Amino acid sequence: MRTSMPEQKPKERIKNFNEVALGYSEEDAVKEASRCLNCKKPSCVKGCPVGIDIPGFIQLIKEKRFEDAIDKIKEKNSLPAICGRVCPQETQCEQLCILGKKGEPVAIGRLERFAADWERKKGVKPPEKVEDTNKKIAVVGSGPAGLTCAAELAKKGHSVTIFESLHKTGGVLMYGIPEFRMPKKIVESEIDYIKDLGVKIKTDMVVGKTIEVDELKKDFDAVFVATGAGLPMFMHLPGENLNGVYSANEFLTRVNLMKAYRFPEYDTPVTIGKRVAVVGAGNVAMDSARTSLRLGAEQVFIVYRRSEKEMPARKEEAEHAKQEGVKFMLLTNPIRFIGENGRVKKMEYIQMKLGEPDESGRRRPIPIKGSESVMGVDTVIMAIGQRPNPLVPKSMPGLETGRHGNIITDEHGKTSIKGVFAGGDIATGAATVISAMGMGKKSARAIDRYVKEK
Amino acid sequence: MEKANKTIAIFNISQHYFKNMFKIVKKETLAESTKMFEVEAERIAKKCMPGQFIILRIHEKGERVPLTIADFDRDKGTITIVFQEVGKTTFQLGKKNVGDEILDFIGPLGNPSEIEKFGNVVCIGGGTGIACVYPQVKMLKEKGNKVISIIGARTKNLLFWEEKMKKFSDQIIVTTDDGSYGRKGVVTLPLKEILEKEKIDRVIAIGPPIMMKFVAKTTLPYKVKTIASLNSIMVDGTGMCGACRCVVGGETKFACVDGPEFDAHLIDFDLLISRNKMYLDEEKKSLELYRGEI
Ligand SMILES: Cc1cc2nc3c(=O)[nH]c(=O)nc-3n(C[C@H](O)[C@H](O)[C@H](O)COP(=O)(O)OP(=O)(O)OC[C@H]3O[C@@H](n4cnc5c(N)ncnc54)[C@H](O)[C@@H]3O)c2cc1C
Ligand SMILES: Cc1cc2nc3c(=O)[nH]c(=O)nc-3n(C[C@H](O)[C@H](O)[C@H](O)COP(=O)(O)OP(=O)(O)OC[C@H]3O[C@@H](n4cnc5c(N)ncnc54)[C@H](O)[C@@H]3O)c2cc1C
Ligand code: FES
Repeated sequence: MRTSMPEQKPKERIKNFNEVALGYSEEDAVKEASRCLNCKKPSCVKGCPVGIDIPGFIQLIKEKRFEDAIDKIKEKNSLPAICGRVCPQETQCEQLCILGKKGEPVAIGRLERFAADWERKKGVKPPEKVEDTNKKIAVVGSGPAGLTCAAELAKKGHSVTIFESLHKTGGVLMYGIPEFRMPKKIVESEIDYIKDLGVKIKTDMVVGKTIEVDELKKDFDAVFVATGAGLPMFMHLPGENLNGVYSANEFLTRVNLMKAYRFPEYDTPVTIGKRVAVVGAGNVAMDSARTSLRLGAEQVFIVYRRSEKEMPARKEEAEHAKQEGVKFMLLTNPIRFIGENGRVKKMEYIQMKLGEPDESGRRRPIPIKGSESVMGVDTVIMAIGQRPNPLVPKSMPGLETGRHGNIITDEHGKTSIKGVFAGGDIATGAATVISAMGMGKKSARAIDRYVKEK
Repeated sequence: MEKANKTIAIFNISQHYFKNMFKIVKKETLAESTKMFEVEAERIAKKCMPGQFIILRIHEKGERVPLTIADFDRDKGTITIVFQEVGKTTFQLGKKNVGDEILDFIGPLGNPSEIEKFGNVVCIGGGTGIACVYPQVKMLKEKGNKVISIIGARTKNLLFWEEKMKKFSDQIIVTTDDGSYGRKGVVTLPLKEILEKEKIDRVIAIGPPIMMKFVAKTTLPYKVKTIASLNSIMVDGTGMCGACRCVVGGETKFACVDGPEFDAHLIDFDLLISRNKMYLDEEKKSLELYRGEI
C-alpha cells in the first residue's frame, strides 16, 4: 500500500482556494521511498519524458539526504514542484513501476513534490554561474516549454530572453491551472529560480504584434517558439454566445490570472450561477467544475459524451471532483442552449452510446435519436479542448504548419525556418506540462548545437 | 576594440527591449469626463496602424482594459489614448498625471483598418468614438480620399477634437442629441442626406453599438460598404479566451484578433449590446465601492 497524502477535507476545501493536497511529511516521504525496490534496470525512468533518475532520487530520500535528492531531480527537471503536482504519473513513470503489477506503484510524483517543497521551505540554492558564451536566444512564451528551454540554455551559458504576451509569466500554470491545485507562489518561486539562472523575462510582449519573429531573428542567434495551445474551441451550437456561456479558458483566466475569485478586491469580475454545466472531461473541465464549486455554485455537472473510461483527466482530478460533489453526466452531449434576456437558462442535451473505435482509438460516441431532454443551467463552461495559438504562426510566412495550426518540427524542435525552433503545445497540440518540458529540453540541446556551429 | 563594440551592441539591444516604462507625458481633459493621455510606448508607436488598440492595466489588482489608439507619434515614441470615465478603471486612470507610469500597456492589438483610396468616404465618430476614428480620417485624407466627417455626442460638453478632425476632412458636420451645439439630432440624419446627395464609396462608424447599428441600417439600402469597430468585453486581447466573441455574417468571430473592425451590414449588434451588459451588476458594485473609498 502506498503512503497516503494528507488532503483538505472535501467539505472544507470547496469553500476555499487553498491547495487540496497537502504533501508528504518527512516521515511519510521516507516511508514511501522505502517501498522502492531500486530495480537494476528501472522501467519507471523510461516513462519519464525528461528522464529523471527516479530510483536515484528515491534512494536519497530514503537515506534522508533530501538536499541531494532534489539536486538529483534538478539534473533533469528544472520545475519539480510543478511536475510533482500536475504530471499524469499514472500513465507515465508510475504506470511502469514493477510494484504496480501486483499492488500500488511507488508514489513517485508525491516524492518529487516532497523533495521540491522541502527545498523551497529551506531556501533554494542559487544555481552556479557558468561562463558566458555571448550567444543570444529569444524564447517566445513563458509556459513550461519556454521556461524549460530557457533554463537549459542559460545553464549552458547562453544569454536568454523570454518574451511573454501576458502581464504574468508561467503560461497555463499561471492562467489555467487553479490555485487549489497549483499554488501561484510555487510557480513564482520556480520562475525565480529560472531568473537566477540569468534568464531575462519580458512581459507584455505579444510576438507577432508588438514585435515580429523576424526582428527577433535579427537580434538573437536563435528563436524558440513555445506559445502553447491557447485557442479555445467551441461546439458552434445554437445559444453558445449567450451570456453565462464561457470558454474554460476565459473562465479560468478570469479566476486564476485576474483573481476574479477575490472580486471586488480585484477588479476583474466573473459570474457563477447556481447550476453549472461543464462540457468536457479533461483536466481543464475538472478544474472548471471544481472552481465553480469554490465560487459558490450549488450543483455542478460534468457533461461528457463518452464514458468514464475515456475521460482524459488525470485520475486524481476526476476523483477529487467526485469527492467534492461534482456530478457526472456521462454519455451525454449538449445540443442547444436556451436563453432569457440574453442569459443562458437551459441546456438541451442528448444521450449518446459508444460505437466503433475512431482514429484516437477511443469508441466513437453516437447520439441516440429521441433521447433529448432539457435541464436548467445558469452557467455553462465549454472545456472541449484548445488549439494551437495561431498568432505567431500566422505572422510568419514560410512557416510550415499542420492541419490544426500546429507548427511542424522535427524531433529536435527544428521548424521549416532556419534558426527558428518550436516546442510544447504549439507543436504537439494540447498535451501535458511534462511533454512540453521534454520538448523544451530537446530543443535546447538542438539550439545549443545550432548556435555553436553558426 | 571588437569586444567594446559587442558590449555596445548588447547595451543597445537592452535599451531597445527593456525600456518598459509606460510614462504619461501629456494629459488633457477633452470634454466632460473625457480625458486624453499621451503615453511613452516606443515599440507600439513604431508599429501601430489606425484601427488598432492597446490593453492597459494600472495596478496589480487591476483589470485589463482595451482602448483604441487615437493617435501616435513614431518619432517621439508616444501613443495617444482618449477615454471616458465610465467605471472604476477609467476613473482611476483619469486620476493619473503627467509623469505617472502605467503598469502594463500592451499592443498594438487587433488588425489595422483597411485604408486605401476609396474615393468618397464618410467617417462617423460618436462620443469617444471621435478619437477612435480620428487616425483613420487622417490616413484616408493622406491617401487622397474625399473625407466627410460626422461627429456627434449627446450634448455639447461631450464633444471634442472638432478642429483636429476638420484639419483632415473636406467637410465636417457636428450633431448633438439635444441641439446644444451643431445640428440637433443623431448622426444618421446628416448621413442619410449625404447618401441621397452624392455617391459614397465607404462609411466608417465608431461609437456606441447602438449608433453603429443605426448607421449600418441607414447605409444598407444604398449598398455602401460600411465598417464598424466593435468594443466587446475583452480579457487578453490575443485570441485566447473568447470573451470578445461576436457574430458576423452568422459566424462566431473574436473581435480582438479577427477584428475589431467588421462589415457593419453583417454584424449582430444586438448580441454585442447584450454581451456588453454581462457584468452590469459587478461593474456597478465595483464603482460604488471605489466611490466609497475616495
Ligand atoms: C486548465 C488546464 C489544466 C491543465 N492541467 C494539466 C495537468 O494537470 N497536467 C498536465 O500535465 N497538463 C495539464 N494541462 C496542460 C498543460 O498545462 C499544457 O500542456 C502546457 O502548459 C503546455 O505548455 P506550453 O509551454 O507549450 O504552453 P503554455 O503553458 O500554454 O504557455 C504558452 C505561453 O505563451 C504565451 N504566448 C502565446 N502567444 C504569444 C505571443 N504571440 N507572444 C508571446 N507570448 C505568447 C502565452 O501567454 C503563454 O504564457 C492543463 C491545461 C489547462 C488549460
Ligand atoms: C477594442 C476596444 C476599443 C475601445 N476603445 C475605447 C476608447 O478609445 N475609449 C473609451 O473610452 N473606451 C474604449 N473602449 C471601451 C472601454 O474598454 C471600456 O469603457 C472600459 O473597459 C471600461 O472600464 P471601466 O472599468 O472603467 O468600466 P466598467 O466598470 O468595466 O464598465 C462601466 C460601464 O462601461 C461599460 N463597458 C464596460 N466594458 C465596455 C466595453 N468594452 N465597451 C463599451 N462599454 C463598456 C459597461 O457596460 C458599464 O456600463 C474600447 C473597447 C474595446 C473592446
Ligand atoms: S479578448 Fe480574449 S479572445 Fe478576444
